Amino acid sequence: MIIGLSHYLTVAAILFTLGIFGIFVNRKNVIVILMSIELMLLAVNINMVAFSAYLGDLVGQVFTLFILTVAAAEAAIGLAILVCFFRNRGTIAVEDINMMKG
Amino acid sequence: MILAGAFFYLFAGLAVAAAFMVITARNPVHAVLFLILAFFNAAGLFVLMGAEFLAMILVIVYVGAVAVLFLFVVMMLDIDFVELKQGFLQYLPFGALVGAILLIELILVLGSWVISPDIAQHAGAPLAADGVTNTQALGQILYTKYVYFFEAAGMILLVAMIGAIVLTLHHKPAAKRQNIAAQVGRDPKTAIEIRHVEPGQGI
Repeated sequence: MIIGLSHYLTVAAILFTLGIFGIFVNRKNVIVILMSIELMLLAVNINMVAFSAYLGDLVGQVFTLFILTVAAAEAAIGLAILVCFFRNRGTIAVEDINMMKG
Repeated sequence: MILAGAFFYLFAGLAVAAAFMVITARNPVHAVLFLILAFFNAAGLFVLMGAEFLAMILVIVYVGAVAVLFLFVVMMLDIDFVELKQGFLQYLPFGALVGAILLIELILVLGSWVISPDIAQHAGAPLAADGVTNTQALGQILYTKYVYFFEAAGMILLVAMIGAIVLTLHHKPAAKRQNIAAQVGRDPKTAIEIRHVEPGQGI
């Protein structure tokens, strides 16, 4: 039972697919959509670390660190926008986010 | 080796199950808690791959900061989540179709693809030699070769912090605030009023 690169890549592929699936089925709830995006970024991170470990290259782990940074910043800004929007409109339903429609 | 394989299947299975529960949970608080579970198991996978530092960073950053932020927002906003769950079944077939196609494509790519054996010679930074821990090796490369990227990451975090504060800070017009200039500028003419009260009458 040798665990190879393809095992980790399969797990990451399943997690990424679940993230996309979550965006489709929860398309009214912004909070769950943000969580799905976090899942997709986690899948990307697993890919980067798996390649780094199996190709013997540390650069993949360095870039995983940067992806983590961007993911944290994205979550903070997204939730701040969400709080701001809820304060103005009293709802977070995606269909109601249409104020800038021309 | 068998133990490592068993732990891989444990972590991978729990991570996928938790991710599935994140997108199907009825209560968003439960979804956030399942997200925390998924991140813990991903950290376990990182440890299995020998990336201990990133595993600990994942636990600290995601479980300690991002997931708590999600939990905070879910609990702070007063939202009718049952109403938001409407249409779940309506979008289910289309979402399942897109997800299945994507998964099949990804697995086809994985199955039909081999790594060139001499790729290891072209590594930008070879993995740590014996006696150097993962954290040490990462620090040595991060603060020398990738120092500008590292500083850019710091700037991104700073901008995100300032942006989040600017977005959520708001002044209520009805709230009473201290106006120091007005306080200092008071003089007897504006502060007091002298009335001559006739005996036996009110003002």
